[in-house]
Amino acid sequence: MAVVETRDLTKVFKEGQLGAVNHVNLETREGEFLVFLGPSGSGKTTLLRMIAGLETPTSGEILIGGQVVNDLSPRERRIAMVFQSYALYPHLSVYKNIAFPLKAQNVKKELHKEKVEWAASLLGIGALLDRKPRELSGGERQRVALARAIVREPAVFLLDEPLSNLDAKLRASAREELERFHRRVGTTTIYVTHDQVEAMAMGDRVMVLNKGVVRQLGTPTDVYDNPADTFVATFLGSPPMNLAELGDVIVGFRPEHFRPAPTISDAAVPFRFKVENIEYLGSEWIVSGTLVGEKLEGKKVFSRLSSAQNLQLGCMYDFAVPQSYLKFFDRSSEKRVAPRVVSWH
Amino acid sequence: MALASNKIKSIGAAQSPLLGAAMFSPAVLYILLLVGGPFFLAIFYAFSDARIGNAEMHFVGLENFRSILQSPSFRVAIRNSFIFTICSQIVVTVGANILAISLEKTFRGRGLIRFLILLPWVAPIALGAIGWKWILDSIYSVITWALVAVHIYKPFSAPMWLGEPRLAIASVLLVHSWRLMPFSTVILLAGRTAIPKDIPEAAAVDGAGFWRTQLQIVIPMMRPIISVAVLFGLIFTFTDMTVVYILTAGGPFDSTQTLPSLAFALGIQGSDLAAGAAISLFLVPLLVIIAYFMLRVAHRAEVN
Ligand SMILES: Nc1ncnc2c1ncn2[C@@H]1O[C@H](COP(=O)(O)OP(=O)(O)O)[C@@H](O)[C@H]1O
Ligand SMILES: [Mg+2]
Repeated sequence: MAVVETRDLTKVFKEGQLGAVNHVNLETREGEFLVFLGPSGSGKTTLLRMIAGLETPTSGEILIGGQVVNDLSPRERRIAMVFQSYALYPHLSVYKNIAFPLKAQNVKKELHKEKVEWAASLLGIGALLDRKPRELSGGERQRVALARAIVREPAVFLLDEPLSNLDAKLRASAREELERFHRRVGTTTIYVTHDQVEAMAMGDRVMVLNKGVVRQLGTPTDVYDNPADTFVATFLGSPPMNLAELGDVIVGFRPEHFRPAPTISDAAVPFRFKVENIEYLGSEWIVSGTLVGEKLEGKKVFSRLSSAQNLQLGCMYDFAVPQSYLKFFDRSSEKRVAPRVVSWH
Repeated sequence: MALASNKIKSIGAAQSPLLGAAMFSPAVLYILLLVGGPFFLAIFYAFSDARIGNAEMHFVGLENFRSILQSPSFRVAIRNSFIFTICSQIVVTVGANILAISLEKTFRGRGLIRFLILLPWVAPIALGAIGWKWILDSIYSVITWALVAVHIYKPFSAPMWLGEPRLAIASVLLVHSWRLMPFSTVILLAGRTAIPKDIPEAAAVDGAGFWRTQLQIVIPMMRPIISVAVLFGLIFTFTDMTVVYILTAGGPFDSTQTLPSLAFALGIQGSDLAAGAAISLFLVPLLVIIAYFMLRVAHRAEVN
């Protein structure tokens, strides 16, 4: 029995408009860390809010613990949610913030102190209990929000871009902390983000959304190595997958597989590649340029290399992509299709 | 370009003391002439035996204050001032919160209802009070008429809303509350929209029902704005004499007299300027206390 399940879940805000969420079918696995990934406006928050009970679905069903909860209030769904803004109660101390769900759910008063202290120590904020939210840093606020979520021992955690308000440096450490936290408590977690790095790093599974439609649901390796369509292929990876139209198919290959021909020993497709820009990123180089040849003349592509010291701007080189790394997509549906033989030149 | 902006800056910097003085001098003049003048005149009168129509005036020390403190109608007036001010603020704060909650959600006709609720505030206070005088009139009262029509009272045995001391006090209280409700509601509505939507949503997810969310989260968060509304309301009610003057003229038997209305009745209508001045001076310490709290609230709002 899945902790959270949705069946054909749809949300249309204004009649006649496209849905914000369209026919989403989803089943979480016990204890997993599931990530909703998609660009801004793809319906991630709306989907999460419907699961939380803050938004009424237009159609479809939501099940929590096998029971349809469409008509239940958020209170009755036994979920915990961390908002993007953290939504701490500004007039209450950290202690009272964390204790609020216990009070609201009529947990016996004698247990409050013990539970609050347990949650606070789990997140390392035991020393902050007397402070008001405005006296906390961004990272501390985020931990208070998490402590407030965990204290009631919910069936499922919903997190809406909890790291997006932190600066880049803090974000990396907060991410790692969240992962550790999840491993420790083992609660099924749904995590919303528009950041593919976060999604890949944290997710047991990643659900890629675009315009309210599920494009793919799979493990990080699945969605990266076997993208279901061209949207997923280009949304994940930086720089994105190179795509080239050839007849009625689109052929795709990742920048890291587009390398100088001499370094490839397997069967490979050769290209002439004119280097137009080179970026040094410390551990790797991003080389961009255009293909030279009849059908793909002028096609802009990226290459990701561990070393590009012997490449020069404006020069032409022999590059190649191993045959096994080519992805094929149908040109009209943009969905992935089986590998096939295409004529390149 | 750099030169020009430099010059502008230097003019501003060098002359800013003078410019500043020029800018706030109208306010200072206004306060001195229209507030300070009458205020010091009142202090002056309060220690004299000034009467309207009598050019002679003598210093009488604390005589006016002594006789006022001994007068029963003054004690009733001070009691009434507190009853009207405090009770109306309780009624208004509770009522305005309820109104603000119900007007927050969007529904058809919300704009019209908001407008209607605001009417008592935009209409001149005298006009509203006269309306209420008719509603509560001993002969033409629509309330009495309605109560008779549904057979709660027999004709001519219905209560005299403005004729019996207790009912008259309740009536004045009612009109004061009616008058202040819109102001308070508008302020509280603004206060509500300033609360981020996800805070009550977080409370809902945390398991709080409607009442817990309102009483423990939303209303406490609005404390500064509620304080502002209450402090303004206190001043409006405490210093107002129009409502009492029009509804009951302080009657029956001075039972609804307040400090301002009594000061007016004695000082202007009764020609005893000195007594009127002395009574109105009793308003000052209380208003100073309220003003102190207003400044504190304003300061705290600034700091946050
Ligand atoms: N309350 C609302 N009323 C109308 N449209 C909304 C509302 N909330 C979200 N939308 C629309 O629904 C779409 C999805 O929004 P959202 O779920 O917030 O996306 P995401 O969280 O992925 O950025 C957007 O086009 C947004 O404009
Ligand atoms: Mg969002």
